[in-house]
Amino acid sequence: MTSSVGRRRVEEALLPPLVALLVALVVGDILIILVGQSPSAVFRLMLSGTWGNWYGFGQVLYKATTLICTGLAVSVALRAGLFNIGGEGQLAAGGFAAAVTGLVLPAGTPGLIAVPLCIVAALAAGGLVGAIPGVMKARFGAHEVIVTIMLNFIVLAFLNWIVASHLHVPETLHTPDMHAGTVARLMDWVPLFHGSAVNASLFIAIAAAAIVGWMLFRTRGGYELRAVGLQPDAAEYGGVRVGTVWIKAFVISGALAGLGGINYVLGYKHYYEEGFAAGAGFLGIAVALVGRNHPLGVIIAAFLFATLSQGGLAIHALVPKQMVEVLQGVVILAVAAAVPEVRRLVRSARGGVAE
Amino acid sequence: MSEFAAFIAQTIRIAIPYLFAASGGVVAERAGVVSLTLEGFMLTGAFAATLGSYYSGSPWIGVLCGIGGGLLFGLIHAVASIRYRADQIVVGIAINLLAVGLTRFFLLMAFDSSSNSPRVPGFGVTGDSASLAGALLRNPLVWLGLLAIPAVAWLVHYTPFGLRVRAVGEHPAAAETLGVPVRRVRYLAVALSGILAGLGGVYLALDQHQFTDSMTAGRGFIALAAIIFGRWEPVRAGLACLLFAAAETLQIQLQGMQGIPSQFVQMIPYVLTIVAVGGFVARSTPPAALGKVED
Repeated sequence: MTSSVGRRRVEEALLPPLVALLVALVVGDILIILVGQSPSAVFRLMLSGTWGNWYGFGQVLYKATTLICTGLAVSVALRAGLFNIGGEGQLAAGGFAAAVTGLVLPAGTPGLIAVPLCIVAALAAGGLVGAIPGVMKARFGAHEVIVTIMLNFIVLAFLNWIVASHLHVPETLHTPDMHAGTVARLMDWVPLFHGSAVNASLFIAIAAAAIVGWMLFRTRGGYELRAVGLQPDAAEYGGVRVGTVWIKAFVISGALAGLGGINYVLGYKHYYEEGFAAGAGFLGIAVALVGRNHPLGVIIAAFLFATLSQGGLAIHALVPKQMVEVLQGVVILAVAAAVPEVRRLVRSARGGVAE
Repeated sequence: MSEFAAFIAQTIRIAIPYLFAASGGVVAERAGVVSLTLEGFMLTGAFAATLGSYYSGSPWIGVLCGIGGGLLFGLIHAVASIRYRADQIVVGIAINLLAVGLTRFFLLMAFDSSSNSPRVPGFGVTGDSASLAGALLRNPLVWLGLLAIPAVAWLVHYTPFGLRVRAVGEHPAAAETLGVPVRRVRYLAVALSGILAGLGGVYLALDQHQFTDSMTAGRGFIALAAIIFGRWEPVRAGLACLLFAAAETLQIQLQGMQGIPSQFVQMIPYVLTIVAVGGFVARSTPPAALGKVED
């Protein structure tokens, strides 16, 4: 009995992403043939340009780092039954706060002090932006999807204004270089990674995933959070303060998205630049969805989407890299459509009552 | 007086895409289907119109193609959300991503450019502001856009179809019991939203005589904001569109003067929407079955 339930859950979790990948592969084939290229050659190039050499692999790791954070952000909120579409703004706020902290600190501040300060600043800024929809929902019943969408525009416009009017280096859209708080690139330790942007933030992101997993599945707060996500009324009846859990979940979610900002700011450019988030906040939704809201799944899905986006650059000589954006959309659409369908099929195949 | 006329003309020019998209979105949302997709519909409409107008030389063929593009994406949204019961918020995000990706891909394939199409026949007249009013009056899409909101208001409130739309958006189970074909009504509502939002994109492209990458630039979300700010009522949503457009016009006309930074004017629709959903002005209640999937 238990094993069949377990197997059903595994099938329900793994089938949708696999179906989605298959659909994406077919759509990719069609686009490649439209351009007049051979699908096998293009996909082979995509693999060799990403996992096939050290630079490409380093870039995949770099891109995965941000996506792990934004994917975790979306999945923590979803576990609480909340949709956080504000990752884009939270990510930008986190990066901005980290850059400003590094700018305010005097040059020569030891990394052991400066780096944690910058990280805390990123977490706090993301958490602050995340708190707004949490409070709005718990206190005023405002739907979090609407609030987070609107907040994205507000936060980005606000940051653009600060940078443009107060902080930018003339002739650019970015802040001055940080004085302290930068983290090492992997190529400093492993010369093979030469030129790629992957940096120590990767380990921080993976550690964050481990902490999120522990929190969700091993602590009382995580239990409450999941209970609220599954059945808020029952959780309330069981003594959980649903509104408080919503706010907490949103703060954690925002903080995780904000943490993603350190990858670009502390690890790569050492300044905040307008538009650095570049859709990574939205892709976090795809990562959470494909990763089935599990920290380990999120890491795997982040690697998948990072491979796609780096792979787009690798194949650009044969097929426009924009193909990858199409495929990302197709994957999300297919997973979203497959989840309820697979659940229904699996349950009826096992003789359970559908829905 | 002429400054005032220029202000009105500019406001209408900016408002037309919002009016198209909001009138479409209001129908879909009233039928219970979330309209995060307006941005994608508009972008597809704009690109399809550019293709049609470029290859046929007639802006009218462009209009038809734009309608087709919006309709196609509307149907994708409908099939995923209604047939497959996918989460409508996720579908919305996917469709917007898909629209950006596909238009970029085919922009490159059709015109060998990653930024913009060549100049295509359109309706807009680019010239000094004095002739703006005249150009607007001669643009059939302006008239259509101004009519979209009253037409949708009439449709939703005074036709049997509108009654069914409201019924399936508020209480699909009850509607089903009374013999209303819930899914078909929702399909039609979403298809209509695709067509109308697509027309918003058509207007943009033909007014500027070209397609540029991501040219909708968040207008679909402003239209969504107008719907919510207008509390899901077509006429109020239309007034919200005009209000948001007037704010943008003010910002454009005040440019050069020391005043409010443009970023703050850009925030106005979004801040007002958050204020509205927070219930600070008046209770803002979405259709009861919005985003819910019937079993």
